[in-house]
Amino acid sequence: MKIPYYPGCTLKAQGLGFETSAIASAKAVDIEMMELQRWNCCGTVFSLASDDLMHYIAPIRNFIRVQEAGYDKVVTLCSMCYNTMKRANLLVKNDSEKLKTLNDFMYREEDYKGNVEIVHLLELLRDEIGFETISKKVIRKFNELKVAPYYGCMLTRPKEVGIDDWEEPQIMENLITALGAEVVDDPMRGECCGAYHTVNSKDLVAERTRMIVTSAKNRGADIIVLSCPLCEFNLGTRQKDTIEIYSDFSGIPVLYFTQLMALALGMGKEVCRFDLHYVDPRPLLIEKGIIEEGEEKNAR
Amino acid sequence: MPDKVKTKMIRVHIMGKEHLVPEGLTIMKAMEYAGYRFIRGAGCRAGFCGACGTVYRLKGDYKLYFELACQSAAIDGMSLTQLPFVPANKATYTVRLIKETGNPILKFYPEVARCVSCNTCTKACPQQLEVMDYIQAALKNDIEKAAKLSFDCIQCGLCAIRCPAEIAQYHVGQLARRVYGKFVKKSNQLNKRLNETNKGKFNSELDELMKMDKAAIKQKYTERDLESLAKKK
Ligand code: SF4
Ligand code: SF4
Ligand code: FES
Repeated sequence: MKIPYYPGCTLKAQGLGFETSAIASAKAVDIEMMELQRWNCCGTVFSLASDDLMHYIAPIRNFIRVQEAGYDKVVTLCSMCYNTMKRANLLVKNDSEKLKTLNDFMYREEDYKGNVEIVHLLELLRDEIGFETISKKVIRKFNELKVAPYYGCMLTRPKEVGIDDWEEPQIMENLITALGAEVVDDPMRGECCGAYHTVNSKDLVAERTRMIVTSAKNRGADIIVLSCPLCEFNLGTRQKDTIEIYSDFSGIPVLYFTQLMALALGMGKEVCRFDLHYVDPRPLLIEKGIIEEGEEKNAR
Repeated sequence: MPDKVKTKMIRVHIMGKEHLVPEGLTIMKAMEYAGYRFIRGAGCRAGFCGACGTVYRLKGDYKLYFELACQSAAIDGMSLTQLPFVPANKATYTVRLIKETGNPILKFYPEVARCVSCNTCTKACPQQLEVMDYIQAALKNDIEKAAKLSFDCIQCGLCAIRCPAEIAQYHVGQLARRVYGKFVKKSNQLNKRLNETNKGKFNSELDELMKMDKAAIKQKYTERDLESLAKKK
């Protein structure tokens, strides 16, 4: 299947490996993600103020771009973009007056008709392709690699935009199983990573990181996988600050679910960009016999 | 006796005061006709320097319009003011020291991330640039796109005075073009020219200029022939 793809800004910088591994793995299971020719920031956070229409312009403009391209569905990867855009979309679908105000404001654009749907890649994999089909395409063995899925806030909350049950999500668990790795059941998978507090209160985030990463590790996880560049930064890169504050802390690698998928489907070095992660997963992957020594040298 | 040609006069409101001016003048000329003398707000008079940004409304129309006073004609019933200068902070950076990793633009202009994609900047641009798109390109680290889309910017500042996110777009565009020149597209011609300069290719001509007195330089300037210079190349 072919589907327009909305990347979001971070996936073009620090989250580059998320995008490249996603596009490649999606292709391997017959999803062609076509980047929208023109798109803007998703709006970064869904505004909860009822009179703050200004902050819905960005997401709605993106839906106009999908509509202009002649599609009624768009896929995205970053949990934050997914959440912000899906909620803004819901809001205008249910409130024609707000939609009209926004359309009037954007008078240079064609009117948004409210007919575009936004989906997360995980949903496409579950609903359009099927995890069974994916498991048949697995090439690389994970040799009992233990993986803790991490959802954070944005994939499952609030209920009306969640991609799965908000208390007991299974979507990432099922994908991990289909890919041949072992799922680690971790009660911290839906805890907040601290999100944008990372800008002004590193300490607060370090505390979250210690709690979430330690929980996964204590339950035997070798790695954590997730779907958000901000969560990746907080749980991954912020491990550095966490160690400085909590000297007994020791971390594990944090990857995107698409990197796990790319590895399982036989890809790796070209698409994963492991070099962009603070905790380098390559030594672990070599130790587990998942990638070979030497392979990791150019496994950027 | 030849018929007297009667020039049609139009009404313009300059900073709230009504003036009758002949039809067909540029806004700048119309203002001069009305008695204004430009000390600021005019430079090249040719659409290049960006000094003459003008904001106006038309009768019975809620929209705000933006033009260069030296480039567009005065319109009957318009109500205008000039914005010869826009306060905007330019970040200090040394291009030589800028690193390619991460997003160099966000480092110097983090406020770019505040853009809400309202497109107000684009509507304000007298150069008809896709200002929002170049800011968005800068945000997503697409330096090439940001550089190319902002290439014709004349730094008039009209976008910056309109932005609800308080971004100074033209400084961002300028940085994008500098970073583009440094990392994305290394120009061979530039290196060639730098080499020539270092080897002293232009020294004799410069020495000659340095020796001239003011009158001689003035004469050389007035007699310069841009056309033939262009042809010689
Ligand atoms: S981008 Fe801004 S500063 Fe540049 S020409 Fe357009 S309005 Fe003027
Ligand atoms: S005016 Fe400012 S906030 Fe609006 S699109 Fe332009 S840069 Fe973004
Ligand atoms: S005076 Fe230079 S652009 Fe108008």
